Amino acid sequence: MERFFAKIGNYVIAGLSNAGHGTMLLRAIFRETPHIWKMRREVLVQMHVVLIGSMPLVIVTSVFVGAVTAVQAVYQMQALVPMKFLGVMISKTVFIELGPVLMALVVGSRLCAFYAAELGTMKVTEQLDAMNIMAIDPVRYLAMPRFWASVLMIPVVTIFADAVAVFGGYTISVMTLDISSGVFIEGLQLFYKHSDILGGLIKSVVFGGIIALSGIFNGFHTQGGAEGVGHSTMTAVVASCLSVLVADYFLAIILFQIIFQK
Amino acid sequence: MKVEYNIPPPPDQKVADPTAFSGIVIEGVSKSFGPKQVLTETDLLINKGETLVVIGRSGEGKSVLLKHIVRLLEPDAGRIWVEGEEISEMEMSELMEMRKKFGFLFQGAALFDSMNVCKNVGLMLEEHSGWSMDKIKDRACECLALVGLTDSDDKLPSELSGGMKKRAALARAIVMEPEYILYDEPTTGLDPITGDAINDLIIKLQKELGVTSIIVTHDMASAFKVADRMAMLSRGKIVFTGTVDEVRNTDHPMVRQFIEGNSQGPLGAF
Repeated sequence: MERFFAKIGNYVIAGLSNAGHGTMLLRAIFRETPHIWKMRREVLVQMHVVLIGSMPLVIVTSVFVGAVTAVQAVYQMQALVPMKFLGVMISKTVFIELGPVLMALVVGSRLCAFYAAELGTMKVTEQLDAMNIMAIDPVRYLAMPRFWASVLMIPVVTIFADAVAVFGGYTISVMTLDISSGVFIEGLQLFYKHSDILGGLIKSVVFGGIIALSGIFNGFHTQGGAEGVGHSTMTAVVASCLSVLVADYFLAIILFQIIFQK
Repeated sequence: MKVEYNIPPPPDQKVADPTAFSGIVIEGVSKSFGPKQVLTETDLLINKGETLVVIGRSGEGKSVLLKHIVRLLEPDAGRIWVEGEEISEMEMSELMEMRKKFGFLFQGAALFDSMNVCKNVGLMLEEHSGWSMDKIKDRACECLALVGLTDSDDKLPSELSGGMKKRAALARAIVMEPEYILYDEPTTGLDPITGDAINDLIIKLQKELGVTSIIVTHDMASAFKVADRMAMLSRGKIVFTGTVDEVRNTDHPMVRQFIEGNSQGPLGAF
């Protein structure tokens, strides 16, 4: 029993320690942000990694998310809700929740794993030490460009994913669910609020930060060899996914129960 | 039957006033990783302009000692002065300035995978010199020529052999004309001819640029060739220091066992 509580205690201490170190890393990234213009080439390279590299994944995921949402919405609405509300149901679900969260989980996992594995390999092969010896701060040279690339590009990916998902829902509705094009498009415009898209985008900005921070933090703290890189990559993805889901809840309260409610 | 060895006391490696010493002073440095004590109150002096070779068995903490000099590792106890400045007291900005005086050749070269050789070598100049890209490229090529890598500037590290990687890393270490160069196993894993070429380069840099070199190795042929002075690290302490001739002629049982490569002796076999 004692060992059980000791183990729990160790997890709590490790969690708090990581949260503290993560906050310090975030502070260091903000401290180095004024150098972003000097690092613009690296920021653009990382933006390319997020945006262009993720496109096939984003398109496939979003098309099927839209399609599944349409199929299941029709099933739930049968005999209860007029089909003219199908468009609004799909769009609101995608804009507010599915777009930002699924992109943060799918694209975010890809990106987070990439950052953790890349930086973790640099750590275990002493490339980070070499950078330090050269009086080049790895936070400025590596962390800051990756962080801002993620924060700026995850919302762009999300907007694109929203559009593709709605298009996927429209296509499936019209082609296989006997919903007319006019009814679906009319439904899209019903109850439309800018705050739906804005709320989703604010979420994806925060998620972009969480994803990058988790990947960079775990990469920088990698220990050992190949196994260490594997472990830190796995930890980074798990931490990123869990943090996104927890943050999603709190953002939902802040955005949709407090800010946009007024 | 257990053999008793007559091991002399460690050499005195202390100075009265470290702040007045022009080289590097390592005083009472201890470091452990988990339960493993690697360095135990280690003292060492490195004079300005000399080539000091630190020898010792694998896992004795030679690389750990080297990394403490540039504060890549923080000691659990003890202090280090570089040119009279205590590095553990330095702010990060001061430390970064101090590090510009150093070049470091890592055991595994530690070239940046994503950059070609020229960019690897020129990166420090890009960050700190304010020079034009053409001038930086010229200087990088000059350093690469110095280490015999004239046609490899646009290659990625993955396209280089082990010896070429080491030479490229050496070109990177000298690009800012450092006052100190730290070499972590510079000849390990190289064929004898490439290893000897690296030794010649170390001597050339010391003669032409007057750099202070600290070399960690267990390659005795290399050590005898490049050293002005040698220090032996064993069980976390410096157990012997002396010139090359003093090392060759010493009857210190640990040093004798090490340079003769004998499995019997006070160092043990495993």
